Amino acid sequence: MASEGVKEYRTIRDIAGPLIFVEKTEPVSYGELVLITLPDGTVRKGQVLDTSKDIVVVQSFEGTRGMDKSCAVRFTGDIVKLDCSPDMLGRIFNGRGEPIDGGPRIVPEERRPIIGSAINPAARAYPREFIQTGISAIDGMNTLVRGQKLPIFSCSGLPHNDIALQVARQAKVRGTGEEFAVVFAAMGITFEEANYFMKDFERTGALERAVVFLNLANDPAIERLITPRMALTAAEYLAFEYDYHILVILTDMTNYCEALREISAAREEVPGRRGYPGYMYTDLATIYERAGRIRGKKGSITQFPILTMPADDITHPIPDLTGYITEGQLVLSRELHMKGIYPPIDVLPSLSRLMKEGIGPGMTREDHKQWNDQMYAAYAEGVELRGLVAIVGEEALSERDRRYLKFADEFERRWLNQGKYEDRDIEYTLDLGWELLAILPEEELTKIERKYIEKYHPKYRKKKAEEEKKEEAESELTKR
Amino acid sequence: MEVKTAGSVGEIYRISGPLVVAEGLKAKMYDVCKVGEEGLMGEVVGIVGEKVLIQVYEDTSGVRPGEKVVNTGMPLSVELGPGLLKSIYDGVQRPLPVLREMSGDFIARGLEAPALDRKKKWDFKPTVKKGDKVKGGQIIGVVQETDIIEHKILVPPNVPERTVVEVYEGSFTVEDTIAVLDDGTELKLYHKWPVRVPRPYVEKLPPEVPLLTGQRILDIFFPIAKGGTAAIPGGFGTGKTVTQHQLAKWADAHVVVYIGCGERGNEMTEILEEFPELIDPRTGKPLMERAVLVANTSNMPVAAREASVYTGITIAEYYRDMGYDVALQADSTSRWAEAMREMSGRLEEMPGEEGYPAYLASRLAEFYERAGRVKTLAGNVGSVSVVGAVSPPGGDFSEPVTQNTLRIVKVFWALDSKLAARRHFPAINWLTSYSLYAETLQEWFRQRFPEWPEIRRWMMEVLQEEANLQEIVMLVGKDALPDKQRVLLEIARYIREFILLQYAYHEVDTYCPPEKMYDMMKAIKELADIFYKALEMGRTVEEIENVEGRDELLKSKYEVDYKPKLQAALEKIRKNLLGE
Ligand SMILES: Nc1ncnc2c1ncn2[C@@H]1O[C@H](COP(=O)(O)OP(=O)(O)OP(=O)(O)O)[C@@H](O)[C@H]1O
Ligand SMILES: [Mg+2]
Repeated sequence: MASEGVKEYRTIRDIAGPLIFVEKTEPVSYGELVLITLPDGTVRKGQVLDTSKDIVVVQSFEGTRGMDKSCAVRFTGDIVKLDCSPDMLGRIFNGRGEPIDGGPRIVPEERRPIIGSAINPAARAYPREFIQTGISAIDGMNTLVRGQKLPIFSCSGLPHNDIALQVARQAKVRGTGEEFAVVFAAMGITFEEANYFMKDFERTGALERAVVFLNLANDPAIERLITPRMALTAAEYLAFEYDYHILVILTDMTNYCEALREISAAREEVPGRRGYPGYMYTDLATIYERAGRIRGKKGSITQFPILTMPADDITHPIPDLTGYITEGQLVLSRELHMKGIYPPIDVLPSLSRLMKEGIGPGMTREDHKQWNDQMYAAYAEGVELRGLVAIVGEEALSERDRRYLKFADEFERRWLNQGKYEDRDIEYTLDLGWELLAILPEEELTKIERKYIEKYHPKYRKKKAEEEKKEEAESELTKR
Repeated sequence: MEVKTAGSVGEIYRISGPLVVAEGLKAKMYDVCKVGEEGLMGEVVGIVGEKVLIQVYEDTSGVRPGEKVVNTGMPLSVELGPGLLKSIYDGVQRPLPVLREMSGDFIARGLEAPALDRKKKWDFKPTVKKGDKVKGGQIIGVVQETDIIEHKILVPPNVPERTVVEVYEGSFTVEDTIAVLDDGTELKLYHKWPVRVPRPYVEKLPPEVPLLTGQRILDIFFPIAKGGTAAIPGGFGTGKTVTQHQLAKWADAHVVVYIGCGERGNEMTEILEEFPELIDPRTGKPLMERAVLVANTSNMPVAAREASVYTGITIAEYYRDMGYDVALQADSTSRWAEAMREMSGRLEEMPGEEGYPAYLASRLAEFYERAGRVKTLAGNVGSVSVVGAVSPPGGDFSEPVTQNTLRIVKVFWALDSKLAARRHFPAINWLTSYSLYAETLQEWFRQRFPEWPEIRRWMMEVLQEEANLQEIVMLVGKDALPDKQRVLLEIARYIREFILLQYAYHEVDTYCPPEKMYDMMKAIKELADIFYKALEMGRTVEEIENVEGRDELLKSKYEVDYKPKLQAALEKIRKNLLGE
């Protein structure tokens, strides 16, 4: 609805932080896209946050540096939209959705409002297709399914980017041959980090099947508020109009939340916990809930947001509110990282809530569920014993306890630890886990049914293999 | 005299997110208005001088000052009649499947759809005849709504006593007239009721019957009464939603109202996909036949989220008025409170604790007060039991929503993130949780299961003692304890792993009938007796701890036919320890 003869106003009353207060306007609509022309002729974009007959509040995505009351403000009559077309694939945009790769503008098939609309809960299909990422810690114990939103809770300096990239490279739904297309949204990350992603995308050829939105550390902070919405609008378009399976990587959501706090402070709103606005839960939900599957549609949106926990604190509002919305979380541990383990995913506080539907016979393997319960319990026990060793010393431990300690060590060194380019299939992940479980006395495997123990436990496998060999040899003999 | 506000037209003055300020509009508090050219639905939440403040249930992007606002003069109401069951509504009772037909997979704005199907015909059997006197709340006939629920058609509660002059039997839509009263009032299969007004009843009755949930830790240790209130607070991922789903599935209520208030879309989908498949153990019919769902997920408009709990509880009260036991789950009341906070912030009200409005406590109290076991206007007994999930920031229960809720509700199921991290589910802390109904309800259990109250008390003591001993163990190690106490620790372990541990996803153990609970309780008591006797006979603690049969006993609950397995395991243990 771009209205004709858009009017220009030079009636700025106040400028405060990223906000501009404009008076004496004709009616301006809520959420409208605004163009602000500076004295030097540069044009910046903004959006209406509050509108009335007397005053209109505009947030400038690109900040207010250099602005004064003489700036010309144009209300476009249109809300913020993204030009959508399958040609978005292979392209790089800035955080406001403008191409920055030197290529042409996108000729839109459709211009979509970036705020999006809620998926009708009655239209959703429950996500249940197992995605093999080739990473044991994820596939084995925090299984990702198509249409899930599973964030990484990281700490500064940990290799969350490598994990995201590895997932982007390796993720597949087995037996379908369907590849993921990646929508990548960077918010406030450094040039090096962004470059790291871009280089990898280029090298693996993933870029052709990627849509990239870059808002870097030196780009305007407020712009970060629209970057993920741009990305998700692109994702929805490709997934639900063109049947793509989309993997959306959003990094770093912490920077997004900081921008949200900045705007809230500028508007002098009553702050919630630690200065973040009271509506941050709702705001984040309008991002994270844009993942999922829809009945009758082929495509899907899987979200892999990354956030760094300020001061490594999982109770900080950013991870806390995220955890309340997403379907689980992968928590990275500085301690594992220091031990040189990659990926340093601490499986104990990690969780995939949609795992239960995505694993088992026909999807992964029949023993997967019970195997997972046992692996979890055994590792938890081993870790707890480490605490005890620190107090009473290893001598005080029983033989059983020692085996648990050994299990925990091998779990980290052999099972968790893997190469950045190592793509393990689920059978390998499970079998390797069985090798570790074999460290424990067999009576300890209380969470696994006998029939699976006899089928997958290395002891019986070896026995079975030997028997088979023997049988073969015998039949060979009788034949002769 | 009330001012007539219906049909009054005003103009938008200001828009700030879900808050719209209108001028020139005649309005009273809680009038529903149509806002802007698209006619977005909103509700009057404040009147300041000449300005009227409206919370809008839909996204307001693109709306501009000067557009018109029309007042319907009606408070926000729900339609109550046959067809509620098996439905899924948004927070203002728009049927989501119909919205999907209208606007596709994403919810568009300005859609209107009646909550009850206008075309569907229902077979109405009157239970009154010409010349009978009827009054508000009385039953005038029935409609078989689903295989298991007979829908009682009620005279709207506010109708004074009148004589029936016409009543028709046959097949009708909800809008057809089924009876006429002597003052000309035409009764239909449905009526409307304002959501913010509790439906009337004759009197509240004391809660003395348990709402059985099939969850051992709840029914045995912290039972909720029919008509009672409970809160289940916990940090993310501790099990609020799973517990609420379990209640919706297995609680022995006639009707279940599930409110997804500001939570995940997929969790509603899960119910929608699962409930038609799952069989109610009491009726043998799919669980969906007794369920009404209200879904205003976290990404749906925040003002409609505020309304969703009222929509849900009004529907629950309506089935109560038919004489049914209704169980209502609200997940999560914190999101509702946050919606209040957001609106309050925009209204620039004086913030109270952590930015919540000063009326947070009274709104919570009013909501839970709508629970209860009552004598209905029709003379029956019906109940609404309310269980609210609470999502405290950082899992810290000292925050305002948890604290204010705990001052009202009678049952507290405290989720514990440490238990969840150990994958002990349900992760309900048995030391800090409580039920103020527990004592009263023991009588009900005692009449059916004589030793229930006593074994329950004994198990509580063991668990309490375990906690005390564990503090000592942390300091001096287990070996320093006297044998008797070490055996107590072992018994406590069985109580935790056998009784308390109950996986929602286990196909058998997901639901535990009270008879099975009782068998399990008795088995544990018997086991304890065996252990102590063994100790007296000179068996070592190690022998007791490692006794063969342990594993069989713990796993017996996973069998449909658990009894022989449980007995066999007990016998094995007895034989191994006592040689009998
Ligand atoms: N009774 C149970 N049996 C088995 N697993 C459970 C049980 N309760 C919780 N869980 C496990 O815990 C996970 C999280 O539970 P749930 O989704 O109910 O948490 P929540 O408290 O509602 O979290 P949020 O506040 O983020 O919504 C589930 O996905 C499941 O794996
Ligand atoms: Mg939940």
